[in-house]
Amino acid sequence: MDTESTYSGYSHYSGRSRGSHRHGERSRDRHKSRSKDSRSEKSVTINTPPAEPLLGDSTARSEQAQDDNWGETTTAITGTSEHSLSQEDIVRITKDLEDSVGLDCRRYFTRAVAVILGLLVFLTPLAFLTLPHILWPEKLQSCGTACEGLFISVAFKLLILLLAVWALYFRPARAGLPRVFVFRVLLAVLVFLLVVSYWLFYSVRILDSQDTNYQGVVQYAVSLVDALLFIHYLAVVLLELRQLQPCYSVCVTRSTDGATRHYNLGQLSIQRAALAVVENYYSDFPIHNPALLSASKSRAAKHLAGLKVYNVDGPGNNTSAGLVQSQSRAMIAAAARRRDTSHNELYYEEAEHERRVRKRKARLVVAVEEAFTHIKRMQDEEQKKAPGDVMDPREAAQAIFPSMARALQKYLRTTKQQHCHSMESIQQHLAFCITNNMTPKAFLESFLTPGPSLQYSRDHWRARQWTLVSEASVTSGLKDGTTFLLKCVDFSLVATSKKIPYIQMSEEYIDPKSHKFVLRLQSETSV
Amino acid sequence: MSFVPGQPVTAVVQRIEIQKLRQGDKLILGFSIGGGIDQDPGQNPFSEDKTDKGIYVTRISPGGPADVANLRMGDKIMQVNGWDMTMVTHDQARKKLTKQKEDVVRLLITRKSLEETVSQSKGKNPKPCTYANEKQNLNDVMYTNNVR
Repeated sequence: MDTESTYSGYSHYSGRSRGSHRHGERSRDRHKSRSKDSRSEKSVTINTPPAEPLLGDSTARSEQAQDDNWGETTTAITGTSEHSLSQEDIVRITKDLEDSVGLDCRRYFTRAVAVILGLLVFLTPLAFLTLPHILWPEKLQSCGTACEGLFISVAFKLLILLLAVWALYFRPARAGLPRVFVFRVLLAVLVFLLVVSYWLFYSVRILDSQDTNYQGVVQYAVSLVDALLFIHYLAVVLLELRQLQPCYSVCVTRSTDGATRHYNLGQLSIQRAALAVVENYYSDFPIHNPALLSASKSRAAKHLAGLKVYNVDGPGNNTSAGLVQSQSRAMIAAAARRRDTSHNELYYEEAEHERRVRKRKARLVVAVEEAFTHIKRMQDEEQKKAPGDVMDPREAAQAIFPSMARALQKYLRTTKQQHCHSMESIQQHLAFCITNNMTPKAFLESFLTPGPSLQYSRDHWRARQWTLVSEASVTSGLKDGTTFLLKCVDFSLVATSKKIPYIQMSEEYIDPKSHKFVLRLQSETSV
Repeated sequence: MSFVPGQPVTAVVQRIEIQKLRQGDKLILGFSIGGGIDQDPGQNPFSEDKTDKGIYVTRISPGGPADVANLRMGDKIMQVNGWDMTMVTHDQARKKLTKQKEDVVRLLITRKSLEETVSQSKGKNPKPCTYANEKQNLNDVMYTNNVR
């Protein structure tokens, strides 16, 4: 297997070049021609939808100078890593190759190959049917009824195949993953081999010998379409159905504040599991708020702040490593012995903060409730009577917003959420709530509890650059105990997978008539 | 007075004889019983072991025949006229006590204080006592019964 590498931060460059799946056909064998390149690196990038290509370009260019020697740009590879060569010079060579080819080319290349393969697949049966008519029409037997029936069958099967391919592959790309899907490459190769072998047989046995039995040719074309449909069935099973049955439970923890969630995933490769984790992250995890973490950092800084180490022995007595070690041990011991009252401060500070938050919340709730009483929805029959003061939701929101703005702002400042909500977004939210007849409590809910990242404005969760750090190859499957890291700019998500245990269930039959009860008595009798 | 199922029950008992009193056309004893194998032993306030399903004296009418005969509240009745009371239902116990043809009942009862008295007196008497001597000394009976 490949050697391990856990370089992460430098795959901005590689990440952009990954070539996300385009809307349009999924590339089934986009890396076929690059199969000669192999790589040893495993730290790769997951690109969420490439919404900011400009941004990506600039970072790529800036990073280019730096990561000359890191060489972990993982372009196309075959899925199997037995053939991978883990030498750095090869890596560097292929990196240069990629530089010359260009970063966008990869995406277009894969699309082009997919389109070519698709056209080949669809036109081959039609070619099989029409070529005899073109090349030796006079020798050809006429098509009887059975043969014409087969025409209909070919037509409908091709139509079904077209619809099925459209349904499965013509979906907008969700993400750009670092390495190819092994299954996709396999299926593409399989399709290609099938078509090529059919063509070989056709050209040798039918074209060369100019077979006159047209019905045989039609049946041959029908068998090709059948085989293609079966390969499509195989594709559905491998790509869609196999990972549906939950097999592993992945525990995801955010590194900054420890928020943890558990997800059940099926048998996926590590990169696809990482993609599933990121997609679930946006809707499950409360938004990452860096302002809440500063308190613990300042506390930690204060612990060792009051100590200073003096070296009493002469300067040349210890080696530097030993000196540093003894210094740090001395500091730890001294810090442990010191009478530390920081826990006291923490307790009172938290109690005070709690009290302040509750007070502000009470004021906010009252202000919002009062503000909501100032407007009411106008009924239809009143519409004719008072055309003057009629407002649409946005104006109504603007009208009542000033009365609650101060209380809301103070509350957001106290809970350190003020950067998550802009004035515009708050007013939009207010207009939305008014339009949908929501109560003040419903309006306030998004401010009182920090919601998932999806809830906030788009810059909080749009197109983020995620880096997948993994010790195992990212195309290898999830196993029990696999750990991988998803790094973002501000924080990272640590994911650990555990196998869902085999459940042995046995049955116990209870006769419905066996449910009998008696009263518990404690009677007293006089004798 | 706990017991181990299958093992003989051992207890220190006292013999009490109660003369029934005629009241109207009934003979009464002047106390109430509780307990039995068909009752809930956990609600018995007098038993030490809350799984004990024996018959207990729950109330004594003051001045009645039982009071006169020195029956105390909380006593566990082990035998009535030779009939075992440790493994009977509440109704069976009542029947054995209220047979209208008998006008005297001889009970074997046990209580915690009897055990203490026995152990105290054993301590005071350093010389080894035989079983028979002890019986005569204290006017007690070592009660043994096989409980199923």
